[in-house]
Amino acid sequence: MEALFRNVRELVERAEKEQKLISEIMIEQEILMTNRSREDIMIQMDRNLTVMEEAVEKGLKGVHSVSGLTGGDAVLLQAYREKGNTLSGDLLLDAVSKAVATNEVNAAMGTICATPTAGSAGVVPGTLFAVKNKLNPTREQMIRYLFTAGAFGFVVANNASISGAAGGCQAEVGSAAGMASAAIIEMAGGTPQQSSEAFAITMKNMLGLVCDPVAGLVEVPCVKRNAMGAANAVVAADMALAGVTSRIPCDEVIGAMFEIGQSMPSALRETAKGGLAATPTGKWLESKIFGGAVVGSGQ
Amino acid sequence: MKFKSVFDIIGPVMIGPSSSHTAGAARIGRVARDLFGRQPEWAKVHLYGSFAETYKGHSTDVAIIGGLLDYDTFDERIKTSFEEAQKAGMSYEFIPETGHVDHPNTARIVIGDKDAEMSMMGISIGGGKIEITELNGFPLRLSGNHPAILVVHEDRSGCIANVANCLYKYDINIGHMEVSRKEKGRMALMVIEVDQNVDKEVMDELTELPNITQVTRIAD
Repeated sequence: MEALFRNVRELVERAEKEQKLISEIMIEQEILMTNRSREDIMIQMDRNLTVMEEAVEKGLKGVHSVSGLTGGDAVLLQAYREKGNTLSGDLLLDAVSKAVATNEVNAAMGTICATPTAGSAGVVPGTLFAVKNKLNPTREQMIRYLFTAGAFGFVVANNASISGAAGGCQAEVGSAAGMASAAIIEMAGGTPQQSSEAFAITMKNMLGLVCDPVAGLVEVPCVKRNAMGAANAVVAADMALAGVTSRIPCDEVIGAMFEIGQSMPSALRETAKGGLAATPTGKWLESKIFGGAVVGSGQ
Repeated sequence: MKFKSVFDIIGPVMIGPSSSHTAGAARIGRVARDLFGRQPEWAKVHLYGSFAETYKGHSTDVAIIGGLLDYDTFDERIKTSFEEAQKAGMSYEFIPETGHVDHPNTARIVIGDKDAEMSMMGISIGGGKIEITELNGFPLRLSGNHPAILVVHEDRSGCIANVANCLYKYDINIGHMEVSRKEKGRMALMVIEVDQNVDKEVMDELTELPNITQVTRIAD
């Protein structure tokens, strides 16, 4: 089965030529590739959206991981935001706190929707539920946000990577942030080309980001990287909406991400052997959590 | 293209914390149970590479047991799967291995009961996607993304044609197919990925074909 698009250029060209939204091209491709009905596909994405809403709600009430490394920061951020005195702005901090909420729930073994992975699951919903309060979208527009994000993620997954073990954090949170940024553009009424610019601007500022989780857990620094991924996505969307463009085309930025991932040493690709994981405190935390590992056995 | 659906990107819905080490692990366990055809009484799980290094932190062990209990990636019972396994009378053991494997996220699951024993090797390739790479010593490649039929048969001429004819009769399209054997003229295995779920009627007819030992299906 031939895909409707293989890269961002083809995606944008098709959307422009057929005068359709990027989300619509993604839905059409899904129908084509999987032989499922439009209704069926929309219902599944609606369900995923509900999972995201519930995860944010749970995280904002306060959760803590088994290791004790993460949890409670979403509550702190929302309380601070509600005082109305934020420096970075209400929407930005809302997005950041909801991204954190999602990843804190993930770290605590709660239910989340991977976007594109579990470790980077906070950025897309965090930005969506913050931008929602400003743009007042319909339920369908919120579902479409996920298809637009998915269209860009689809290109990255097939042409580069969305795995931290293969390409570092740039492949996970970097991809998630780019996807969110492109989706914000569509919801805000921007053009498909502006989505592409926003993705490129976001990803350019995530290039080189390594995957160095302390004790190998999806907690430190993953949760805060989702926070900054969300902030990056919102700011890049505003830049693209202002008319700023990327000098390097989107597909070439994705290609650069892939190349950088290929040349990243294995210690910085989800092995917990380098970067923050290898700092004195990172090592100390690891021994505190896993000191005297034993083989588990039942009965 | 490795990723074919938007739900490979926006999904799966899952219990955290890791799509590869938790959701993928649960899926590997569940496919093993599917292939075994029933709840095993015991399980020995060998973990390799990153799975062996970080399985505790990612709850890879809990997730694999959840899969063996037939839980999906989003089933809340994954969190208490050790207790559930005890209730179900399934004993289990985890063995971190140091040997070299091709993929960093590899698990070999050996399960059984008083009647039979089965060994399966699975890898978790990212975002919750998995592949099954070995079954009872047969190398194979099974994505777990499509319904599949596994046919254990005698290595005789006509076996493959008979199975293909039967599927054609029911208008079932084959997306991917692999045939392997350990020794000429002895036991062989057909792995057939199809586009739609296969009815019991088809399974029964396949089982009745000459020189067929066992037929198992894996639903989508």
